[in-house]
Amino acid sequence: MNAISRRDVVAGLGGITLAFTLAPRHTFAQQPATQQPRLPGSLDNNRLLDAWIRIGTDGNATVCTGKVELGQGIVTALAQIAAEELDLPLERVQMISGDTERTPNEGVTAGSQSIENSGTALRLAGAQVRAILLELAAKRLGVDVAALKVADGVIAAPDGRKLGYGELAAAADLHREATAQARTKPASAHRIVGKSIARRDIPAKVMGGAAFVQDLRLPGMLHGRVVRPPGYGAKLEGFDEARIKAVRGGTLVGWIAEREMLQGRIARPLGDGAKAQGFDEARLKAMLPGVVAVVRDGSFLGVIAEREEHAIKASLVLAESARWTAGPRLPEEARIYDHLLALPTEDKVVNEKEAALPGGVKVLEATYRKPYMAHAAIGPSCAIAQLTDGKMTVWTHSQGVFPLRGNLAMALKMRPENIRCIHAEGSGCYGHNAADDVALDAALLARAAGGRPVRVQWMRADEFLWEPFGAAMVMKARAALSPDGRIADWNYDVWSNTHSTRPSEPGGVNLLASWYLAEPQRPSPPRMQPQPNGGGDRNAVPLYDFPRQRITNHLIREMPLRVSALRTLGAYANVFAMESFLDELALLANADPVAFRLAHMKDARARAVIEAVAKKAGWKPGTRGDGSKGRGIGFAKYKNLATYVAVIADVEVDRASGRIAVPRIYAAVDAGQIINPDGLENQIEGGIVQSMSWTLKEEVKFDSSEISSRDWATYPILTMPEAPAVEIELIDRPNERSLGAGEASQGPAVAAIANAFAAATGKRLRDLPLTPARVKAALQG
Amino acid sequence: MAINIKVNGAMHSVPAEPDTPLLYVLRNDLGLNGAKFGCGLAQCGACTVLVDGKPARSCVTPIDTLGQSEITTVEGLGTLERPHALQAAFMAEQAAQCGYCIAGIIMAAKALLDRNPQPSAAEVRQALADNLCRCGTHNRIVRAVLRAAQNGGRI
Repeated sequence: MNAISRRDVVAGLGGITLAFTLAPRHTFAQQPATQQPRLPGSLDNNRLLDAWIRIGTDGNATVCTGKVELGQGIVTALAQIAAEELDLPLERVQMISGDTERTPNEGVTAGSQSIENSGTALRLAGAQVRAILLELAAKRLGVDVAALKVADGVIAAPDGRKLGYGELAAAADLHREATAQARTKPASAHRIVGKSIARRDIPAKVMGGAAFVQDLRLPGMLHGRVVRPPGYGAKLEGFDEARIKAVRGGTLVGWIAEREMLQGRIARPLGDGAKAQGFDEARLKAMLPGVVAVVRDGSFLGVIAEREEHAIKASLVLAESARWTAGPRLPEEARIYDHLLALPTEDKVVNEKEAALPGGVKVLEATYRKPYMAHAAIGPSCAIAQLTDGKMTVWTHSQGVFPLRGNLAMALKMRPENIRCIHAEGSGCYGHNAADDVALDAALLARAAGGRPVRVQWMRADEFLWEPFGAAMVMKARAALSPDGRIADWNYDVWSNTHSTRPSEPGGVNLLASWYLAEPQRPSPPRMQPQPNGGGDRNAVPLYDFPRQRITNHLIREMPLRVSALRTLGAYANVFAMESFLDELALLANADPVAFRLAHMKDARARAVIEAVAKKAGWKPGTRGDGSKGRGIGFAKYKNLATYVAVIADVEVDRASGRIAVPRIYAAVDAGQIINPDGLENQIEGGIVQSMSWTLKEEVKFDSSEISSRDWATYPILTMPEAPAVEIELIDRPNERSLGAGEASQGPAVAAIANAFAAATGKRLRDLPLTPARVKAALQG
Repeated sequence: MAINIKVNGAMHSVPAEPDTPLLYVLRNDLGLNGAKFGCGLAQCGACTVLVDGKPARSCVTPIDTLGQSEITTVEGLGTLERPHALQAAFMAEQAAQCGYCIAGIIMAAKALLDRNPQPSAAEVRQALADNLCRCGTHNRIVRAVLRAAQNGGRI
């Protein structure tokens, strides 16, 4: 691990500080990409070189990326790529990320695509900037470019004369079209790429620096909270004065707990004799101590106060006094899969291979299910908004500042150019959580704040009750095994809601509060996301070589619970189902699970990770579980186009309690050329541990009247004592292109755990999560 | 209304009501970022600080219960130039992904090392059982605490 320099730390913090102290230098209009040659990665729709890289007269580089830090280490990895091609020391590369006025538009930071898209752009832009500087130097020094040497931002002629990048900066015209023609470095010349460089964002996180949007404090900042309806679609009718008079007593701590209990529920009925009556909103405000404004727009209700605890207190008073109509009832959780399967679907065969079916086949069928799951970041979503001189500035941990700006413009009825969204890190995120929603909340409240900035952080219950969950899914698999023990036919159907209701979806506004305004917006219609990325059908197409197969995606358009992108989209569930079913078929064929996979896999890199993990774990073919201990394997190439991961898990089942322990997990990983080995390992291991949490514990609970997962007691996640030991082998392929890795281990991990349980006990669990109750039922059955 | 509290060795007079949870005072009156709002229910540990050396959930600790207690936040442990052994170890192990839980975890680990300077891995895991991490950084966090213990975590 490299030492962390003070400069690194300052550069890391700079993103936040600079973000609101520097005026924008350029605005980068997107250029039409028509009739121009396609450029690789994100260069294609951000074609100006200085949109990506600028060189200062101090010889330092300012590197802009539209991708944002989500705790995955991307800003450090992108800095490595840029510094490498620029031949600059890492600490002389300052990164700016995710700012609608200063960085390229790279859409949403999602889908494990940042290294592939932004990294490719920065690699090519860096090489071109270096080439431009070299040409300039050659002219000034009167020597051939080929005779020049570059090290650490200094260009040297054979006679010893030197020119620093800073001396050339003024003359270097980078406001020109990127060509993608400059030669990038071969892997053998890399000094920064491929190294475990310490992440830029970590020092502030362990020192108590301003690391998160939650930590930004702007001059004159106010605090806001929003009172949500008791359920989806409920409408605000008015307020009951009697309730306001009924309060208060108790302490703020108790109030906060009470607020958490009340959110998402209709206030308790009034006591005998109390009368509900209409309420004057001006009086309401006057009765709330420390409150600057109560904001109501249709059924959007929020409050701003000088002090945060007063905003919280006021939001409880408002929640208790607000009178709502009831929204539609939720389906019963116990019948959720039947409910979903009965809804209309849009069906598409996404992959089909024909071959003759041999005689004498054995047919196997199985159905797997995955519940709704929450993103459940430790820190609830937060944003700060400020409206000055008709311009709205929003500090946000959104995954996509440009799509967010577009949605905010529609919801606020402002022109996009009058809105600036600046990324600052948040907690999590693991996909589309409430980051975008809270940005609109803050903006709506900022309109009533007289030019002062308003910080809104959701409370714990707000986050659990209102975030868009990862969708519940049903997977049905049916396969035929030939007499020689090979898979001769593979049929696979997946039913799911959409996995993206992001602001980037066309045809609507996808911000929670916008649907509750006096002039409400409509969400985008759900649409089928095409393969190979897919949505519900992500990773539903086997990478295995089956002679005959048919994969069908059934998109359920109606969404009884709010859903959107949760890390891996459908891949977690599809890999769980497919890899579980493979083991069921291997059992039927009396074959070893590793050998069975290899027998159906031609892809050499897939074979390599399967073989590597088997070797690492000391896999012994034919080992039988003893009723409680067992091991299982799972494999996937994420989206069939990103990182290859194979996982082996060891489980121990406590037959009395039904608890599954996972003492150890092994993984082998091929992400092509590795940019930062430690960063890659951190992502892969994090994905494995998070997947184990999903697999053993997580499901959103609800009944027909409310969502009942509202805090960490009702939505438990994996704790420190429960975490498995994890051993990872990285297979570096420096001459292959880098592959996205951030979501690559979740699918293989769930499959390995489920298969290990089956190997241990001889019983197959097909419904997630693998709870003690399900384990006990399976063991008794 | 003002209340006096002692944080990281210094007395502060804060204009907050007596029942205000310490978390809001630390963050908004004293400008300290370390303690984070996670749940407000003492369930997640993101807001953990030390009160007289013992870990406390600042989100449910009203300031009028603190009296003359010494409150320590992660900012009181070390600086970038002279990080505390735990902070140095978390950087060395790169023991964070999003990192929102980390400051609270460092404070819980500080309390552990103060009473048990050479804990086993199992003891570290147990001491952090009520500090939640969502990114799956569990093992790195445990390794960082063990590394700090080796390097004399009491400094």
